[in-house]
Amino acid sequence: MARFIVRRLLVAIPVLFGLSVILFLFLRLLPGGGPAEAILGQHATPQLVAQITATEGLDKPLYVQYLNYVGRLLHGDFGASFIDGREVAATFLIKFPATVELTIGALIFAVGLGIPLGRLAARHPNSWIDGIVTVISLFGISIPVFVLGYTLAFIFGVELHWLPTFGQLDPRLPINPVTHFAIIDAILAGHWYVIDAVAHLILPSIALGTIPLAVFTRITRASVIEVSNEDYVRTARAKGLTDRRVNDRHIMRNAWLPVTTVIGLETGALLAGAVLTETVFSWNGVGSWVVSSIQNHDYIVVQSLILIFATIFLTVNLIVDVGYAFLNPRIRYS
Amino acid sequence: MSTVVDLNGESPAAEGRTVGPPPAADVLLEVRGLKTYFHVMDGTVAAVDGVDFQLKRGETLGLVGESGCGKSVTSLTIMRLVDIPPGEIVAGEVWFDGREILSLPMAEMRKIRGADMSMIFQEPMTSLNPVFTVGNQIAEAVKAHRPVSNREAWNRGVEMLAAVGIPAPERRAKQYPHELSGGMRQRVMIAMALSCDPKLVIADEPTTALDVTIQAQILELIKAMQERTGAALLLITHDLAVVAETVQRMAVMYAGKIVETGTAEDVLLDPKHPYTQGLITSIPSNVPRGQRLNVIRGTVPNPFRMPAGCRFEPRCPLVFEPCRDFDPPLRTTDLDRRAACWLHYPPSERPTVSDVAVPSAPVRTERVGKR
Repeated sequence: MARFIVRRLLVAIPVLFGLSVILFLFLRLLPGGGPAEAILGQHATPQLVAQITATEGLDKPLYVQYLNYVGRLLHGDFGASFIDGREVAATFLIKFPATVELTIGALIFAVGLGIPLGRLAARHPNSWIDGIVTVISLFGISIPVFVLGYTLAFIFGVELHWLPTFGQLDPRLPINPVTHFAIIDAILAGHWYVIDAVAHLILPSIALGTIPLAVFTRITRASVIEVSNEDYVRTARAKGLTDRRVNDRHIMRNAWLPVTTVIGLETGALLAGAVLTETVFSWNGVGSWVVSSIQNHDYIVVQSLILIFATIFLTVNLIVDVGYAFLNPRIRYS
Repeated sequence: MSTVVDLNGESPAAEGRTVGPPPAADVLLEVRGLKTYFHVMDGTVAAVDGVDFQLKRGETLGLVGESGCGKSVTSLTIMRLVDIPPGEIVAGEVWFDGREILSLPMAEMRKIRGADMSMIFQEPMTSLNPVFTVGNQIAEAVKAHRPVSNREAWNRGVEMLAAVGIPAPERRAKQYPHELSGGMRQRVMIAMALSCDPKLVIADEPTTALDVTIQAQILELIKAMQERTGAALLLITHDLAVVAETVQRMAVMYAGKIVETGTAEDVLLDPKHPYTQGLITSIPSNVPRGQRLNVIRGTVPNPFRMPAGCRFEPRCPLVFEPCRDFDPPLRTTDLDRRAACWLHYPPSERPTVSDVAVPSAPVRTERVGKR
């Protein structure tokens, strides 16, 4: 198992190397003059261009510039925003926890509901139950996130006043941002403020989790039906096992395999920012940050965020692969 | 005449089903008039269409026939492993160890499956669950039927692996199916099937998927284990050589029906039914080198459009007047020999065209089992 993990880590190196080259060149290949003009955008004056060129070493040969760039990355220096001058790494540590919380909330909703629904549909294929589940999942895939988000906010927030629809915490509560995980900070502050944090998480999680919910439902249904027709399931029934044991053990252990892969891919995508959901619910995560950075032509931030997202994606994939190998002995030993 | 059998065992309707008298005590398995149909998109396939045979305690019976004749469906029906729907047990009785098991609630049937009656499947490569160790899978079968600890169940698994000739069984028990060869996996399946000392083992083409060199070993093993444990064996195969080497009695199946039964020796040396005769003369080694091989002309009938009379009639070289319109029932020809062919009926008992009003061709008069 250790060798498997090391091998997978080694594979990540060329991927990140290639990506860093592309990102490095991307800033230098933008139209409208050199990289200094691209960074400065409409504020570019000859004086500022000369200043940036000097401080950033943009007049040096490309390979020197690249080595400097990678050297800074390896020291954890992702650069600073040209708009507000803040360090990318520092801002990231504030905003990423919010995205992680939202991702976890969406996954709990999507996995917790999607897998039982998929199993239910698979147990009665082509029945009316299966039909209802199919309609739910098609609805989930089809509805635009912002429509669902605003609808949820309108019904449960504006009309019913059941749940908050704005931000991660009630700003009136005296909560210190220690970890920037709203739930953890609320727990640290005591007084059951955590209830407020969880309440804030519910609607965005449902909005964000609806598409993954639909995907997990479809994959689980297909996987369970496929595994149910395997010879070894018949063997398990021939042994005299109860239906429950055949389903929970012999079918599900195998049916989990493709489901795990898809959960991993969705997780990676969710961590890279839920742009629309964060915008609708004013969620202060990396998704809204990435959008504002692109709109502001804040290339240094965009460049660094893409690299960070790629690293997160690779890490999540590695975790999924290790989990997959754990579930599937055929992978473990090959 | 019959009421509905609830095949999921959830309704007390099963109690109301009328069945015939139980067979004699020395009969372990008796199948009477069994019909298993499959309702598919294009219509209904009568996969098993009136099958009768019996198997005494400790006896070995070969059920022989070509692909698609219904022999596997017969065995799956006996195990109650046919999926309902699309399958339906339309009629018939299966008596096992003094009980009519088609009427049993599923919970009762599960106690028999894997314990008193177990099965070895055709495909050892796919019949074991890839994510559990083989020892675990045998222990699971033991635990399902016996009040033993996990440790005891595991030990029983190792003991069974040793009994089926797997070297280093303690180590092998901890391996996954993909780490074993096809022959090894079939040994594991045999170990699993015998782990609860069954009274009946059904082996469905146990050697078909294996290398020729391994086939003989596995057959020898099945035979040796059968003799050692005294279990009855129902061996399903299309291979006459396998039957000749392994079983005492045989039943030949064609298009969902049994056409001939008898001791393996009698049937193979003196086949009564033209289909059996055709099978035996088409064995390549019966033909001198350089001559054309014998074949049974034509193909098996379309399952959606079975012939009205004898199902072998379109292919039979000996066909005569009654065959076209009347399906011959099995008739005792000699001691312990039965054949379903009008040739073996005295002329006075053969139907003539004037009997058309009461054809003996299968008519669906009863529906047992729910869709």
